[in-house]
Amino acid sequence: MSPTFSELSAGQDIGSRTVEVSRTDLVKYAGASGDFNPIHWNEAFATGVELPGVIAHGMFTMGAAVQLVTDWAGDPAAVVDFQTRFTKPVLVTDTTGTTEPGATIEVSGAIGKLDAEAGTARVDLTVVAAGQKVLMKAQAVVRLS
Amino acid sequence: MTINPDLQGRSYPAAEVYDVGREKIREFARAVKATHPAHFDVEAAKALGHSDLVAPPTFAIIIAQRADAQLIEDPDAGIDFTRVVHADQRFIHHRPIFAGDRLVAELHVDGVRAMGGGAMITTRQEIFALAADDSRESVATTTSSILVRGEGQ
Repeated sequence: MSPTFSELSAGQDIGSRTVEVSRTDLVKYAGASGDFNPIHWNEAFATGVELPGVIAHGMFTMGAAVQLVTDWAGDPAAVVDFQTRFTKPVLVTDTTGTTEPGATIEVSGAIGKLDAEAGTARVDLTVVAAGQKVLMKAQAVVRLS
Repeated sequence: MTINPDLQGRSYPAAEVYDVGREKIREFARAVKATHPAHFDVEAAKALGHSDLVAPPTFAIIIAQRADAQLIEDPDAGIDFTRVVHADQRFIHHRPIFAGDRLVAELHVDGVRAMGGGAMITTRQEIFALAADDSRESVATTTSSILVRGEGQ
Protein backbone atom coordinates (compact mmCIF):
# COMPACT_ATOMS: atom_id res chain seq x y z
CA MET A 1 0.00 0.00 0.00
CA SER A 2 1.28 3.43 -0.90
CA PRO A 3 1.23 6.07 1.81
CA THR A 4 -1.45 8.76 1.52
CA PHE A 5 -0.29 12.36 1.70
CA SER A 6 -2.95 13.45 4.21
CA GLU A 7 -1.86 10.76 6.66
CA LEU A 8 1.77 11.92 6.79
CA SER A 9 3.41 14.33 9.18
CA ALA A 10 6.88 15.84 9.37
CA GLY A 11 9.26 13.86 11.53
CA GLN A 12 7.44 10.58 10.86
CA ASP A 13 9.72 7.56 10.62
CA ILE A 14 9.52 5.57 7.36
CA GLY A 15 11.64 2.65 8.54
CA SER A 16 15.14 1.33 8.14
CA ARG A 17 17.18 -1.09 6.07
CA THR A 18 20.55 -2.77 6.43
CA VAL A 19 22.67 -3.26 3.31
CA GLU A 20 25.57 -5.70 3.44
CA VAL A 21 28.29 -5.03 0.89
CA SER A 22 31.00 -7.31 -0.44
CA ARG A 23 33.79 -6.75 -2.96
CA THR A 24 31.70 -8.88 -5.36
CA ASP A 25 28.84 -6.39 -5.01
CA LEU A 26 31.20 -3.60 -6.08
CA VAL A 27 32.30 -5.55 -9.14
CA LYS A 28 28.63 -6.13 -10.01
CA TYR A 29 27.86 -2.45 -9.55
CA ALA A 30 30.85 -1.53 -11.71
CA GLY A 31 29.53 -3.76 -14.48
CA ALA A 32 25.94 -2.58 -14.18
CA SER A 33 26.83 1.11 -14.06
CA GLY A 34 29.85 1.21 -16.35
CA ASP A 35 31.98 2.86 -13.63
CA PHE A 36 35.17 0.79 -13.70
CA ASN A 37 37.38 3.11 -11.65
CA PRO A 38 39.87 0.63 -10.08
CA ILE A 39 39.62 2.33 -6.66
CA HIS A 40 36.38 0.34 -6.32
CA TRP A 41 37.86 -3.11 -6.90
CA ASN A 42 41.68 -3.08 -6.81
CA GLU A 43 43.29 -2.83 -3.35
CA ALA A 44 46.81 -2.10 -4.59
CA PHE A 45 45.51 0.57 -6.89
CA ALA A 46 43.35 2.17 -4.18
CA THR A 47 46.18 2.35 -1.63
CA GLY A 48 48.50 3.58 -4.37
CA VAL A 49 46.34 6.68 -4.78
CA GLU A 50 46.36 7.33 -1.02
CA LEU A 51 42.98 5.79 -0.18
CA PRO A 52 42.70 3.56 2.90
CA GLY A 53 41.63 0.62 0.69
CA VAL A 54 38.91 -0.35 -1.77
CA ILE A 55 35.91 1.95 -1.33
CA ALA A 56 32.33 1.54 -2.53
CA HIS A 57 31.12 3.67 -5.42
CA GLY A 58 29.30 6.64 -3.89
CA MET A 59 26.59 5.84 -6.42
CA PHE A 60 26.31 2.29 -5.08
CA THR A 61 25.57 3.66 -1.61
CA MET A 62 23.18 6.30 -2.96
CA GLY A 63 21.39 3.76 -5.15
CA ALA A 64 21.08 1.18 -2.39
CA ALA A 65 19.89 3.77 0.15
CA VAL A 66 16.96 4.99 -1.96
CA GLN A 67 15.39 1.52 -2.02
CA LEU A 68 14.02 2.26 1.43
CA VAL A 69 12.11 5.19 -0.11
CA THR A 70 11.06 3.28 -3.24
CA ASP A 71 9.62 0.42 -1.22
CA TRP A 72 7.86 2.80 1.19
CA ALA A 73 6.39 4.84 -1.69
CA GLY A 74 5.14 1.67 -3.42
CA ASP A 75 6.25 2.88 -6.86
CA PRO A 76 9.84 3.71 -7.91
CA ALA A 77 8.43 6.32 -10.33
CA ALA A 78 7.22 8.37 -7.34
CA VAL A 79 10.78 9.52 -6.56
CA VAL A 80 10.94 12.80 -8.49
CA ASP A 81 14.10 14.28 -6.95
CA PHE A 82 16.97 12.60 -5.11
CA GLN A 83 20.20 14.18 -3.99
CA THR A 84 23.10 13.65 -1.63
CA ARG A 85 26.59 14.69 -0.69
CA PHE A 86 29.19 11.99 -0.26
CA THR A 87 31.03 12.85 2.94
CA LYS A 88 32.92 9.71 3.95
CA PRO A 89 34.06 6.78 1.81
CA VAL A 90 32.61 3.34 2.62
CA LEU A 91 35.63 1.09 3.06
CA VAL A 92 34.86 -2.45 1.86
CA THR A 93 37.26 -5.05 3.22
CA ASP A 94 38.14 -8.24 1.37
CA THR A 95 36.11 -11.04 2.98
CA THR A 96 36.48 -13.48 0.08
CA GLY A 97 35.94 -17.06 1.23
CA THR A 98 33.93 -16.06 4.30
CA THR A 99 30.27 -15.24 4.82
CA GLU A 100 31.12 -11.90 6.46
CA PRO A 101 30.18 -8.67 4.65
CA GLY A 102 33.01 -6.32 3.69
CA ALA A 103 30.94 -3.39 4.99
CA THR A 104 27.49 -2.85 6.46
CA ILE A 105 25.44 0.23 5.60
CA GLU A 106 22.53 1.23 7.84
CA VAL A 107 19.82 3.30 6.18
CA SER A 108 16.94 4.99 7.99
CA GLY A 109 14.46 7.60 6.82
CA ALA A 110 12.03 10.17 8.17
CA ILE A 111 9.69 12.71 6.61
CA GLY A 112 11.62 15.97 6.47
CA LYS A 113 9.04 18.23 4.89
CA LEU A 114 5.60 18.07 3.29
CA ASP A 115 4.53 20.26 0.37
CA ALA A 116 0.72 20.17 0.17
CA GLU A 117 0.59 22.25 -3.01
CA ALA A 118 2.92 19.95 -4.94
CA GLY A 119 1.63 16.81 -3.19
CA THR A 120 5.18 15.80 -2.33
CA ALA A 121 6.97 14.56 0.75
CA ARG A 122 10.70 14.99 1.31
CA VAL A 123 12.26 11.97 2.94
CA ASP A 124 15.53 12.62 4.75
CA LEU A 125 17.81 9.60 4.85
CA THR A 126 20.42 8.83 7.46
CA VAL A 127 23.10 6.55 6.03
CA VAL A 128 25.79 5.19 8.33
CA ALA A 129 28.72 2.81 7.84
CA ALA A 130 31.35 1.93 10.46
CA GLY A 131 29.72 4.40 12.87
CA GLN A 132 30.06 7.39 10.52
CA LYS A 133 27.51 9.21 8.39
CA VAL A 134 28.62 8.50 4.83
CA LEU A 135 25.93 10.57 3.08
CA MET A 136 24.85 14.07 4.06
CA LYS A 137 21.74 15.92 2.93
CA ALA A 138 20.46 12.66 1.44
CA GLN A 139 16.97 13.79 0.46
CA ALA A 140 14.39 12.11 -1.75
CA VAL A 141 11.27 13.96 -2.85
CA VAL A 142 8.33 11.62 -3.37
CA ARG A 143 5.10 12.46 -5.20
CA LEU A 144 2.09 10.99 -3.44
CA SER A 145 -1.57 10.75 -4.22
CA MET B 1 48.36 17.62 -13.84
CA THR B 2 46.34 20.80 -13.50
CA ILE B 3 42.71 21.35 -14.30
CA ASN B 4 41.99 23.68 -17.18
CA PRO B 5 40.09 26.65 -15.64
CA ASP B 6 38.54 27.45 -19.03
CA LEU B 7 36.33 24.36 -18.75
CA GLN B 8 33.65 26.36 -16.95
CA GLY B 9 30.74 27.13 -19.24
CA ARG B 10 31.76 24.52 -21.77
CA SER B 11 29.11 22.15 -23.09
CA TYR B 12 29.15 18.97 -25.10
CA PRO B 13 26.18 18.22 -27.36
CA ALA B 14 24.21 14.99 -27.12
CA ALA B 15 26.27 12.22 -28.67
CA GLU B 16 25.35 8.55 -28.87
CA VAL B 17 21.84 7.26 -28.13
CA TYR B 18 21.42 5.07 -25.06
CA ASP B 19 18.76 2.37 -25.57
CA VAL B 20 17.22 1.42 -22.22
CA GLY B 21 16.75 -2.35 -22.16
CA ARG B 22 14.70 -4.44 -19.75
CA GLU B 23 17.67 -6.63 -18.85
CA LYS B 24 19.79 -3.55 -18.12
CA ILE B 25 17.10 -2.23 -15.77
CA ARG B 26 17.00 -5.63 -14.04
CA GLU B 27 20.80 -5.82 -13.85
CA PHE B 28 21.13 -2.31 -12.44
CA ALA B 29 18.30 -2.91 -9.96
CA ARG B 30 19.99 -6.08 -8.70
CA ALA B 31 23.32 -4.21 -8.46
CA VAL B 32 21.80 -1.61 -6.09
CA LYS B 33 19.96 -4.37 -4.22
CA ALA B 34 16.54 -3.17 -5.31
CA THR B 35 13.68 -5.64 -5.06
CA HIS B 36 10.66 -3.61 -6.20
CA PRO B 37 8.72 -5.69 -8.77
CA ALA B 38 8.28 -2.68 -11.10
CA HIS B 39 12.01 -3.06 -11.97
CA PHE B 40 11.69 -6.75 -12.85
CA ASP B 41 8.16 -7.71 -13.86
CA VAL B 42 6.47 -5.97 -16.80
CA GLU B 43 2.99 -6.90 -15.53
CA ALA B 44 3.78 -5.40 -12.11
CA ALA B 45 4.96 -2.19 -13.78
CA LYS B 46 1.81 -2.06 -15.94
CA ALA B 47 -0.35 -2.62 -12.85
CA LEU B 48 1.09 0.67 -11.53
CA GLY B 49 0.09 2.40 -14.78
CA HIS B 50 3.51 2.34 -16.47
CA SER B 51 4.23 1.43 -20.07
CA ASP B 52 7.12 -0.92 -19.22
CA LEU B 53 9.72 -1.68 -16.53
CA VAL B 54 10.62 1.37 -14.43
CA ALA B 55 14.31 2.17 -13.94
CA PRO B 56 15.57 2.68 -10.36
CA PRO B 57 15.86 6.36 -9.27
CA THR B 58 19.64 6.45 -9.81
CA PHE B 59 19.67 4.60 -13.17
CA ALA B 60 20.28 7.88 -15.04
CA ILE B 61 23.83 7.86 -13.63
CA ILE B 62 24.75 5.47 -16.46
CA ILE B 63 23.80 8.05 -19.07
CA ALA B 64 25.17 10.95 -17.00
CA GLN B 65 28.57 9.33 -16.51
CA ARG B 66 28.77 8.43 -20.21
CA ALA B 67 28.24 12.11 -20.93
CA ASP B 68 30.82 13.06 -18.27
CA ALA B 69 33.35 10.74 -19.92
CA GLN B 70 33.52 13.20 -22.81
CA LEU B 71 34.92 15.76 -20.38
CA ILE B 72 37.06 13.42 -18.29
CA GLU B 73 38.65 11.85 -21.37
CA ASP B 74 39.16 15.22 -23.06
CA PRO B 75 42.98 15.64 -22.96
CA ASP B 76 42.44 19.38 -22.84
CA ALA B 77 40.59 19.09 -19.49
CA GLY B 78 43.60 17.80 -17.51
CA ILE B 79 41.56 15.43 -15.30
CA ASP B 80 43.23 12.31 -13.82
CA PHE B 81 40.28 9.90 -13.50
CA THR B 82 42.10 7.81 -10.87
CA ARG B 83 42.14 10.83 -8.55
CA VAL B 84 38.44 11.60 -9.00
CA VAL B 85 36.16 11.34 -5.97
CA HIS B 86 32.42 11.87 -6.28
CA ALA B 87 31.40 14.78 -4.02
CA ASP B 88 27.68 15.19 -4.63
CA GLN B 89 24.92 14.04 -6.93
CA ARG B 90 21.34 15.01 -7.73
CA PHE B 91 18.65 13.52 -9.97
CA ILE B 92 15.62 15.56 -10.93
CA HIS B 93 13.16 13.34 -12.79
CA HIS B 94 10.80 15.16 -15.13
CA ARG B 95 9.33 11.74 -15.84
CA PRO B 96 10.45 8.19 -14.96
CA ILE B 97 12.82 6.27 -17.24
CA PHE B 98 11.19 3.20 -18.79
CA ALA B 99 12.49 0.21 -20.72
CA GLY B 100 12.30 1.06 -24.40
CA ASP B 101 13.38 4.69 -23.92
CA ARG B 102 16.02 6.02 -26.31
CA LEU B 103 17.99 8.58 -24.33
CA VAL B 104 20.55 11.24 -25.16
CA ALA B 105 22.40 13.58 -22.79
CA GLU B 106 23.77 17.07 -23.20
CA LEU B 107 26.68 17.85 -20.90
CA HIS B 108 27.23 21.27 -19.34
CA VAL B 109 30.22 22.23 -17.18
CA ASP B 110 28.61 24.57 -14.64
CA GLY B 111 31.53 25.15 -12.28
CA VAL B 112 35.27 24.71 -11.84
CA ARG B 113 36.81 25.70 -8.52
CA ALA B 114 40.42 25.18 -7.45
CA MET B 115 40.70 23.31 -4.13
CA GLY B 116 44.15 22.78 -2.68
CA GLY B 117 46.19 21.18 -5.44
CA GLY B 118 43.02 19.83 -7.05
CA ALA B 119 39.67 21.10 -8.23
CA MET B 120 35.93 20.68 -7.74
CA ILE B 121 34.09 20.36 -11.05
CA THR B 122 30.30 20.60 -11.26
CA THR B 123 28.59 19.17 -14.31
CA ARG B 124 24.96 18.99 -15.38
CA GLN B 125 23.46 16.51 -17.77
CA GLU B 126 20.17 17.25 -19.52
CA ILE B 127 18.71 13.89 -20.49
CA PHE B 128 16.09 13.64 -23.22
CA ALA B 129 14.09 10.78 -24.70
CA LEU B 130 13.92 10.63 -28.48
CA ALA B 131 10.53 9.96 -30.04
CA ALA B 132 10.09 8.02 -33.30
CA ASP B 133 10.28 11.31 -35.22
CA ASP B 134 13.49 12.22 -33.26
CA SER B 135 11.71 14.98 -31.30
CA ARG B 136 12.97 15.35 -27.72
CA GLU B 137 11.14 14.98 -24.43
CA SER B 138 12.91 16.16 -21.26
CA VAL B 139 13.33 13.16 -18.94
CA ALA B 140 15.85 14.10 -16.25
CA THR B 141 18.32 16.74 -15.14
CA THR B 142 21.27 15.32 -13.26
CA THR B 143 24.01 17.32 -11.57
CA SER B 144 27.21 16.08 -10.04
CA SER B 145 30.31 17.48 -8.45
CA ILE B 146 33.56 15.61 -8.62
CA LEU B 147 36.66 16.39 -6.63
CA VAL B 148 39.88 15.81 -8.50
CA ARG B 149 42.34 15.30 -5.66
CA GLY B 150 45.71 16.98 -5.90
CA GLU B 151 48.88 15.18 -4.73
CA GLY B 152 48.72 14.43 -1.00
CA GLN B 153 44.95 15.06 -0.79
